[in-house]
Amino acid sequence: MSNILKDNFKIISNGIITENPTFVQCIGLCPTLAVTSSVENGIGMGLAAMCVLIASNAVISLLRKIVPDEIRIPIFIVVIAGFVTIIQFVMEGFAPALNKSLGIFIPLIVVNCIILARAEAFASKNGVLASAFDGLGMGLGFTIALAFLGAIREILGNGTFLGAQVVDFEPALLVVLAPGGFIVLGCCMGAFRAIRARLNTQAAFAADSKACEGGCGCCAFSAKCGAANKD
Amino acid sequence: MSNLLLLFISSIFVNNILLSRFLGCCPFMGVSSKSETARGMGAAVVFVIVLASLMTWITYNFLLVPLGLEYLYTLSFILVIAALVQFVELALKKLNPVLYKSLGIFLPLITTNCAVLGVAVLNMNENYTLMQSLTNALGSSLGFLLAISLMAGIRERIENNAGIPKSLRGLPMALITAGLMSIAFMGFSNMIK
Repeated sequence: MSNILKDNFKIISNGIITENPTFVQCIGLCPTLAVTSSVENGIGMGLAAMCVLIASNAVISLLRKIVPDEIRIPIFIVVIAGFVTIIQFVMEGFAPALNKSLGIFIPLIVVNCIILARAEAFASKNGVLASAFDGLGMGLGFTIALAFLGAIREILGNGTFLGAQVVDFEPALLVVLAPGGFIVLGCCMGAFRAIRARLNTQAAFAADSKACEGGCGCCAFSAKCGAANKD
Repeated sequence: MSNLLLLFISSIFVNNILLSRFLGCCPFMGVSSKSETARGMGAAVVFVIVLASLMTWITYNFLLVPLGLEYLYTLSFILVIAALVQFVELALKKLNPVLYKSLGIFLPLITTNCAVLGVAVLNMNENYTLMQSLTNALGSSLGFLLAISLMAGIRERIENNAGIPKSLRGLPMALITAGLMSIAFMGFSNMIK
C-alpha cells in the first residue's frame, strides 16, 4: 500500500515540479498569457483545466486498449471536448462571474496542448489510477504556475492581491494589459531556468533550453513540429 | 461595406489575434525561429481559419440552431475543424503536391491551434453574419501571418547575440520580444473607435 502511495506521490510531484507544464515544458501558453491578469482568474482557469485533465486522462486510460491507433487523436479530442462542455455547464451554473471573465478561454481548454499531450504521452500508456494522478499533478502544476503569474501581474499592475489593496506605489497598468503577460512570463521563465541551472548540473540546463526551444516539446505532435523547425 | 472594412482593419491591427487576444501562442513561439517556416505556418493558418470559419458558421446556423443544440458548439466545432484539416491535407496532396510540400507539414498542427477554434467561437459569440465572419476570419489570420513573420525576422537577428544572458536565450527572450511588439501594436488601438 505504501508503495502505491509513494508511486502516486511521485507522479503528482512530477507534474508540479520536474515536468511543470508551464515553466519546464512550456506548453499551453495561450491561457497562461491570457487569463493571468488576476490571481482569481488564474486559479479558476487552472482548476477548470485540472478537472478536465483528470477526467479525460482517466477515460482515455480506460479506452486505451480499444481505440485503434490511427484514429486515436480524434477520439481523444472528442473525449476532451465532452468534458469541456460539462465544465462549461458547471461554471455557467455555479460561477457565472468567473465564467464571464474567462470567456472564450473555457471552450478553448479543448485545444490546450497540455491535455492532449498528457493523453498521448501518459494516459494512453498507463493505468486508470496512475493516469488520474498524473492529471491531478499536471493540473496542480498548471494551477500553481497560473496563480503565481496572476499574483505578480495583479500586484504590480493593479496593486491588489485577490482584490485586497496591498501596495502603496502607483501600479504599472501595463503589466495587466496584453504586453505585460508576455514580458512577465518571459522574465519568470528566465528566472526559473537560472534557478534550475544553479541548483542542477549543466546537463539539466541544456535539457531545459532544448525542451523550451520548440515551444511544444512534449506536445502530441512534437515530431512533426520538430521536423518543421529543422527545415 | 465600410463596416466590413473597419472590421477587417481592426481584426488585423487593433485586436491582433496573437498580440492582443493571445490566441495561437504555441505556434507563434514554436514555429517562429526561421522566417521561411514562419511564413509557411502563417499561410497555412490563413487558409484553414477562413475555411473553418465558413464551415463552423454553416454548422452553427444550419445544424445546431435549428436542432436547439447550441450548447454542443465546442464539440461540433472541434470535430468540424479536425475533419476539415484532414480533408484539406488529402485534397492538397492530390491536387497540388508543390503547395502540399510547403504547407502540409503544418496542417496536423493546426487542428490544435487555438486560433482556429478561437476565431470560430468569437464569430459565434458576436453573432456575426456570414460576410462578417469571413471578414473577421481573413483579418485575424492575416494578423497572425503579420505577427509571426515579424517575430521570425526579429528572432533570426537576435539569435546569435552574445549579449543576451544564457538563461533568457530562446523562448524567454522571444516572449519578451512579443511583449514589446504587443506594446507597439497597442499604438493602433485608438485608430478605430
